[in-house]
Amino acid sequence: MNRIEERFARLRERQQKGLIIYIGAGDPDLEATRQLALAFDRVGVDVLELGVPFSDPLADGLVNQLAAQRGLDAGATPPRVLETVAAIRRESHIPIVLYVYFNLLHRRGVREFIAEAARAGVDGLLVLDLPPEEAGPYEALMSEAGLCPIWLIAPTTPEERIEQIARHARGFIYYVSREGVTGMQSWVSDTIAAMTAKIRAHSSVPIAVGFGISNADQARAVAQHAEAIVVGSAVVNQIAERGRSRDLVPAVAAFVETLARAIKS
Amino acid sequence: MSVTAPAIPSLPDAQGHFGPFGGRYVPETLMYPLMELEAEYFQAQQDSAFQAELSYYLREFCGRPTPLYFAERLTRDLAGAKIYLKREDLLHTGAHKINNALGQVLLARRMGKTRVIAETGAGQHGVATATVAAMFGLKCVIYMGAVDCERQALNVYRMKMLGAEVVPVHAGQKTLKEAVNEAMRDWVTNVRGTHYILGTAYGAHPYPVMVRNFQRVIGDEARAQILEKEGRLPDLLIACVGGGSNAIGLFYPFLGDPAVRMIGVEAGGEGIRPQKHAARFHGGSLGVLQGTRSYILQDEYGQIQLTHSVSAGLDYAAVGPEHAWLHDQGRVEYGYATDDAALEAFTRLARLEGIIPALESAHAVAECLRRAPEMSKDALIIVNLSGRGDKDVAQAAAKLNLAMPS
Repeated sequence: MNRIEERFARLRERQQKGLIIYIGAGDPDLEATRQLALAFDRVGVDVLELGVPFSDPLADGLVNQLAAQRGLDAGATPPRVLETVAAIRRESHIPIVLYVYFNLLHRRGVREFIAEAARAGVDGLLVLDLPPEEAGPYEALMSEAGLCPIWLIAPTTPEERIEQIARHARGFIYYVSREGVTGMQSWVSDTIAAMTAKIRAHSSVPIAVGFGISNADQARAVAQHAEAIVVGSAVVNQIAERGRSRDLVPAVAAFVETLARAIKS
Repeated sequence: MSVTAPAIPSLPDAQGHFGPFGGRYVPETLMYPLMELEAEYFQAQQDSAFQAELSYYLREFCGRPTPLYFAERLTRDLAGAKIYLKREDLLHTGAHKINNALGQVLLARRMGKTRVIAETGAGQHGVATATVAAMFGLKCVIYMGAVDCERQALNVYRMKMLGAEVVPVHAGQKTLKEAVNEAMRDWVTNVRGTHYILGTAYGAHPYPVMVRNFQRVIGDEARAQILEKEGRLPDLLIACVGGGSNAIGLFYPFLGDPAVRMIGVEAGGEGIRPQKHAARFHGGSLGVLQGTRSYILQDEYGQIQLTHSVSAGLDYAAVGPEHAWLHDQGRVEYGYATDDAALEAFTRLARLEGIIPALESAHAVAECLRRAPEMSKDALIIVNLSGRGDKDVAQAAAKLNLAMPS
């Protein structure tokens, strides 16, 4: 069984909500990424979503764009990101999903990228700009490699399409809770309950809700409607504020721990 | 010879693919809006009332048809083929961009959208969009790279005067590609009330086919005009290619005429070295960027490379998917003109014909300067003069060291 599926099975047994944390790889450098991942594992993060830096992240808001730029400046190429995953894997079983733009797979070769990701210890891929219609052999290759393809569902996704996407889902379904790019919001969308109910009608795969969750109160509110929540920009923002300072890892881990406590207690 | 173009293979397919190119590579939030747009567009295309409205404004507001002008002195000077210029520079707002902006704004109204957005490089598509938005009273936001805002300042002022908000984009190399990223971010955020008027035959389906169809009026007119003037089809068509909308607009109605050769001219910048040009067919490779699969300039890992061109409108890392298809089919040749060659053509056309072309179009003229002398005197060339050069006068004057009279 894939580590993501294993983790959600365990969460279900314990009747606990899952916490998924996004950071950009190589922000501020790959060693920091490794240390952050290990620290997240210790404070109760269930899945690490690791952004592979891309030059043109058109689905990302400014906070994550700047993180991708720092990652590129730090030399976080796909092979080096995979080396970092392998290094994390030597010390931790935390499930890892790569958040990646399709051109990086396309350039390497979809088959090769997936095989190398699996070998490094990656558990799933979330390819931002690859809808099921264009996926071609992607799904079969993922399944062969034992990786979960993480599909997105958005507020604009109509019901027939939800059904179609849900049929392909493994690991978890990522519900993007509002139209827009990644980024923090002061409010939580009011369509979450209705949309997660629609998704559930077509799939028993766990649902993770993300886009815009930035504090413990929002985390708690959203977690009522889903098996897991995703927090990204709020964490990336903390990393950006601390940069290469010595308290980067403990400080960011402490923030993440408040989110874990909020949804798990 | 029939006046209407012969049938050609109907591409793209239902999913927007031109062979292995094209398609729809976007975040999930945009999938349904693109499907809605596609349905609405194909309905409008079949709707005679829509087509009548479009023709009315193209004629009465934009000034179509544009002349197919015999460039007599240029022809004599080059002592080769007979050269005709398709005068898209004479259209209202000064470039072919208005053909597509008008079509899309009518579509936006049909869909009940109250706000339109666009990216722009040289500013011509931004001006065209701001113009049609003003015409119909829609809110308008234009994204433009900060570097382009500077080098095409005249067009920034025009857009503002037309009531558009111009947002300079400071990410990356601050040119067209970053403007597209930012426009897509706006669209994904405001998708319910906003239509994105993409300016070239690029992006996710249905944009490449829709923009081509709004621009094919160039080739449809040119075909009828050359038949009327010369009684036969041309031997060669030349157009510059950034995303490729003016080129596909001219080429498309001739694709079924095997005797008509076509050349698309990319930006050779300072020469074909990494980061110094924007010639995707001469240093690019297959990739996926901003919604579509095509030739792009990228590094070994798939990161998009920096580009350079004197012309903001051609300074772009990817090319429209239908051009990629026509390239691989061998139907259209793709060459390039360097900055220097384009500037020389810019000056030469001004002096010989009294026409100051846009720096983008000057790339097509540069190719014509090379080709015409090698061709026989009874050969016919049509060059698409996609835009006029007012916007480039300050930049060209600086490059050409023109001093103010004292």
